[in-house]
Amino acid sequence: MGTRTEVLVIGGGSTGCGVVRDLARRGVDTTLVEKGTLTNGTTGRMHGLLHSGGRYAVSDQASARECIEENRVLRDIAGHCVEETGGLFVKRPEDDEEYFQEKLQGCRDCDIPAEVLTGAEAREREPYLAKDVEKAIAVPDAAVDPFRLCVANAVDAENHGARVETHAEVTDLLVEGGEIVGAEVTHESGKGPREHGTPGEVEEIYADHVVNAAGAWAGRIGDHADLDVAVRPSKGVMTVMNTRQVDTVVNRCRPKGDADIIVPHETACILGTTDEEVGDPEDYPEEEWEVDLVIDTLSELVPILQEARTLRSFWGVRPLYEPPGTGTQDPTDITRDYFTLDHEERDAVPGMTSIVGGKLTTYRMMAESITDHVCEKLGVSATCDTADAPLPGSERPGDLEAAMERFGLRSPVARRSAQRLGSRTEDVLASCDPNPVVCSCEGVTRAEVRDAIDDSGTDLNAVRIRTRASMGNCQGGRCAHRMAAELHPEHDEATARAALDELWAERWKGQRHALWGEQLSQAMLNRAIHGATMNRDNDPARTDDAVDWDAFDGGRSDAGEGEVGEEGIHGD
Amino acid sequence: MAIEDDVLVVGGGVAGMTAALAAADEGASVRLVTKKQSTLRHASGLVDVLGYAPDGKLLADPFDALTDLPADHPYALVGAEAIRAGLERFDAVAGELYRGGHTEKNALLPTHGGTVKPTARYPASAAAGLASDDRDALLVGFETLTDFDAPLAAEHLEAAGVPFDARGATVSFPGEPRADAKVTRYAHALDEDADGERGRLAARVARVHDGEPRVGFPAVLGQEHPADVRAALEADLDADVFEVPMGPPSLPGIRLEYAFRAALDDAGVHTVRRPVVDYETDGEGRLSAAVVERNGQHIPHYADSFVLATGGLVGKGLDSDREAVREPVFDCHVPQPEDRYDWFRDEAFGEQPYARFGVDVGDDLRPRDEDGRIEFENLRAAGSVIGGYDFATECSGTGVSLATGDAAGAAAGADTQ
Repeated sequence: MGTRTEVLVIGGGSTGCGVVRDLARRGVDTTLVEKGTLTNGTTGRMHGLLHSGGRYAVSDQASARECIEENRVLRDIAGHCVEETGGLFVKRPEDDEEYFQEKLQGCRDCDIPAEVLTGAEAREREPYLAKDVEKAIAVPDAAVDPFRLCVANAVDAENHGARVETHAEVTDLLVEGGEIVGAEVTHESGKGPREHGTPGEVEEIYADHVVNAAGAWAGRIGDHADLDVAVRPSKGVMTVMNTRQVDTVVNRCRPKGDADIIVPHETACILGTTDEEVGDPEDYPEEEWEVDLVIDTLSELVPILQEARTLRSFWGVRPLYEPPGTGTQDPTDITRDYFTLDHEERDAVPGMTSIVGGKLTTYRMMAESITDHVCEKLGVSATCDTADAPLPGSERPGDLEAAMERFGLRSPVARRSAQRLGSRTEDVLASCDPNPVVCSCEGVTRAEVRDAIDDSGTDLNAVRIRTRASMGNCQGGRCAHRMAAELHPEHDEATARAALDELWAERWKGQRHALWGEQLSQAMLNRAIHGATMNRDNDPARTDDAVDWDAFDGGRSDAGEGEVGEEGIHGD
Repeated sequence: MAIEDDVLVVGGGVAGMTAALAAADEGASVRLVTKKQSTLRHASGLVDVLGYAPDGKLLADPFDALTDLPADHPYALVGAEAIRAGLERFDAVAGELYRGGHTEKNALLPTHGGTVKPTARYPASAAAGLASDDRDALLVGFETLTDFDAPLAAEHLEAAGVPFDARGATVSFPGEPRADAKVTRYAHALDEDADGERGRLAARVARVHDGEPRVGFPAVLGQEHPADVRAALEADLDADVFEVPMGPPSLPGIRLEYAFRAALDDAGVHTVRRPVVDYETDGEGRLSAAVVERNGQHIPHYADSFVLATGGLVGKGLDSDREAVREPVFDCHVPQPEDRYDWFRDEAFGEQPYARFGVDVGDDLRPRDEDGRIEFENLRAAGSVIGGYDFATECSGTGVSLATGDAAGAAAGADTQ
């Protein structure tokens, strides 16, 4: 016996989360399944740029217009996920003047506010810009937190009756009489929020229609029904710096190229990126040269990056797609536009639509168009309201200041909390008294960590992306075990330990690519705290060898049982 | 007048302070130059000698596994007697502050993560917490101190199979510290006892105490007067009280640093808190001076013999960039894979090449260049600036610092006679 839903959405990235929200708000009974945490694939592995459209103003003006439109929408409906940094397209002496003018004209053609700054004016805004930067175009780029954005979409969907299952992998498509009627889903640890140690189960979910929004993995989903969805995954590296060397998004003003953007993000800056086609979205080399390339090239724009501390690097894969027969060789030439593949029309296999391509900035618009398509198939006439309805957390922007007043947290901590939580600040912070800081690098309090645990179970990586805990300078060295401790006593010791190990492995994975200078020192300190002080690497609780307790020092013989004040020294 | 001593020690951690004391014991005039706070405050305050053999076996006696160590391990270079000499010096410095000197066996101590770890010397304040002791224990944590979750730690100890019942409870600390208070704030409150914090804390613990003969707290029981704080709690609770070592900043580490500083004062060692920025040689393979920066001026500090005890990656005795790892003070050779992607392995724990980085020394502790030649005739290295061992995994950090510090300092002092 399976379960039933009207629409099954596969993929918990921005597209899937946008679609499930839109469908749910139109009254469609919808289930979303994601094989990892939300944003696990491409969405959580981007630099967090909310495009003004400036980037596409020369090469793809249709996309540029969509970007500026959605940029305005998201500032409106998702204010707690967006930081209004502004952006600069910066020209160095060796960059082409003609292209600079084309960029400026392109922005104006696309209704993107654009202002030309002299080199001196640009350096006034961003003092670390290279002295030989000649001029710049200021545009309304912004930084967006893709984690918060997706979670808010998913929460809104749930509030409208949708079911959202993470750690639920599609292991087969259900095909009956040549029609796709649902999917077989393998839950890593049972249904609902993830619980370490809970046995997995397989569920057949039947649906009137399936939306394949698995991004770079969409081809894998298609394979289950012998459908050819020719996604061309392309990898790109992003390197996280420990502070904000710039407070504005800085783009290199040239036609295209690797390593041409710096995005300030919360306490950090993210450098991006490269563009290399890969065969497998999960198994590709993460290479030293890519990290070196972004640092060296972007240092031409912001020279102090050469000496700055990097925290980690991560790679994402773009779900690039181009219609059959286009034959583009270079992945940087493949369009960033999205495609709706109705498999009934395309392959005579009814029951599923795949979405490929696209970009985060326009996720809501994409979701609207896909939802229109699905609603038409289902005969649902409700209209889309997602451009006007604020996301959970962004309903009452004024709450931030009030909450800071009310919770006697020191102001930087309170400010950070309130910025992350938006209009949920009051509810979350009031839930925990006292409310100590768990992650001091990012100023994350116990209340936020527990709120995230309520939401996502024992999955500390899901807690991390909701709160930013363990994402600062120490990369979890000082706080990963504190985060795990918040799982207890609701979850037992073995569960908390397994969750800690998993978070620790994830934090190490990205730090490997930043092991020099300060971060190599930090890695050794983390190893000392967790390996030596806590002895987690040789923990007797995890090794099978029984300890012969009597073979060890039993204490000084004159420290008799129950004797008080054993050493008798008072005052040092 | 030029600054001139018999021995100049660079580095103010356990290795440097031990070397300075050993050199002074030889009758040498000694100066110690240190850049900033030592990494003692990052460490647990436990004095590890060797907790695990190279095959990963837990060691009840660290001396059992010395012959199994690789030939370039600092212990293999200096030998068992140097380890014993280092420990003897430590015991003289720490006095009643530390325990464990009555036996060569390792002790097993509960940590703030709830696991147990092997160590050779432990603060007296932690002594009642020994995991091989079969008396039941109550662990107490503070609501606002997120580094130590006592109920979770107690469950963890039981999972490790300790021979006693462990139970954890969380209480609020008297005075309700701010949500992001530093751990030293708790220690100062208990030191000063201005509002009767010791008694108020004991009263709160008494409400959850079920007669367990020993009660463990996070290691914040006083910075200046830890024995008084503990004695007050013991009297009120009618139980032995112990501290559970924690991560940085570590009160036991800070207390130990004070004990060493007092010993340095007694031995007449001059301590200078400034960075070494350069060095001078006599042109014939000997160092003549370490150049110290003072208010922007470069002041040569001359000596006959030098000890490099600047620490490893944590203490910044080793520096690195994307190209290479370096020893920045005397520019000694640091063996390393050429490609930085060979500095690490993909697993977080386990074998990690970076954890063994350091200068290459012979059994005389003189750093060697890449061709195996002595860098400077009158320079010896001590502590974690030396490569070839992984203190975190093998639990050997302070032991190596003591053994090599004592040996390097004694040799440097003897050279100047």
